[in-house]
Amino acid sequence: MLLIHCPYCEEDRSELEFRWAGEAHIARPENIAAISDEEFAEFFFLRNNEKGLTYERWRHIHGCGRFFNAARDTVSDSFLMTYKAGLPKQPVPVAERFAAIAEETSVETWEQTEGDAR
Amino acid sequence: MAELATRSLPLSGVHGGSAIVRLEPAAPATRISLRVRAEDVPALSSALGVDLPMKPKTSVYANGRTALWLGPDEWLVIDEGESGLMTAAANSGALHSATDVSHRNTAILVSGAGAASAINGGCPQDLSLDAFPVGACSRTLFGKVEVVLLRTAEDAFRMEVWRSFSDYAFGLLSEGARDAAL
Ligand SMILES: [Zn+2]
Repeated sequence: MLLIHCPYCEEDRSELEFRWAGEAHIARPENIAAISDEEFAEFFFLRNNEKGLTYERWRHIHGCGRFFNAARDTVSDSFLMTYKAGLPKQPVPVAERFAAIAEETSVETWEQTEGDAR
Repeated sequence: MAELATRSLPLSGVHGGSAIVRLEPAAPATRISLRVRAEDVPALSSALGVDLPMKPKTSVYANGRTALWLGPDEWLVIDEGESGLMTAAANSGALHSATDVSHRNTAILVSGAGAASAINGGCPQDLSLDAFPVGACSRTLFGKVEVVLLRTAEDAFRMEVWRSFSDYAFGLLSEGARDAAL
């Protein structure tokens, strides 16, 4: 089971208590009525969906109820760090980043294991 | 004279458990769901007669009332009697939000040597005494339902659950109690 560190509860808790809540650090336009349709689509619908390091919002919905931000590696699924909502985008500590890269090279995919077994 | 409705608990009369776990419905209690900003916490604490804990996963008991930390500005306050928690909060003179949830929740008392194992049958939290000591409390999941867990003694817990989910919670606890005794 994946453990996620909640910055409000200050401890690692089971992923079952959390919900994903989309990409983080998307600022709402100051005057949303003044922007063009293209700008609105960019703000409202379009997401980067990056492979690797992404910044996401998560919510400890079955715990303290708080939203917070997380840096997560979408290849290995590992959480690199979490921090409170409202803080600017935090740099991922170098050690965590290297650990994630090392993990990425040893991630078992379905093709590598089950695929061959067939 | 109009006949008054008689109040019955959603789990009244049920009993269960195993050789090492005892399950019983808790007596009726008064409860409020309380939201308070940090600067107004002292005013609410003195109005309620119990200090609202500021540390995650902790509770404070005083004057028959238990205040459980649920989030950075959120508490569940339980009074085992029929006392006026709402009135006390309203008289605090400080900005807050209090909702009477006395009848939304009911509680199951889980005790005995296998109490933690029975709960862990459906709850992912670490219930060892180091991680979850006496007085620790947390909102968490039990199977498919959300519950608030409070450790009242080394081998006793109070599980607060929404009343419509209480049958499910009791059933799952009964299975956990059986498994704990194996
Ligand atoms: Zn939390």
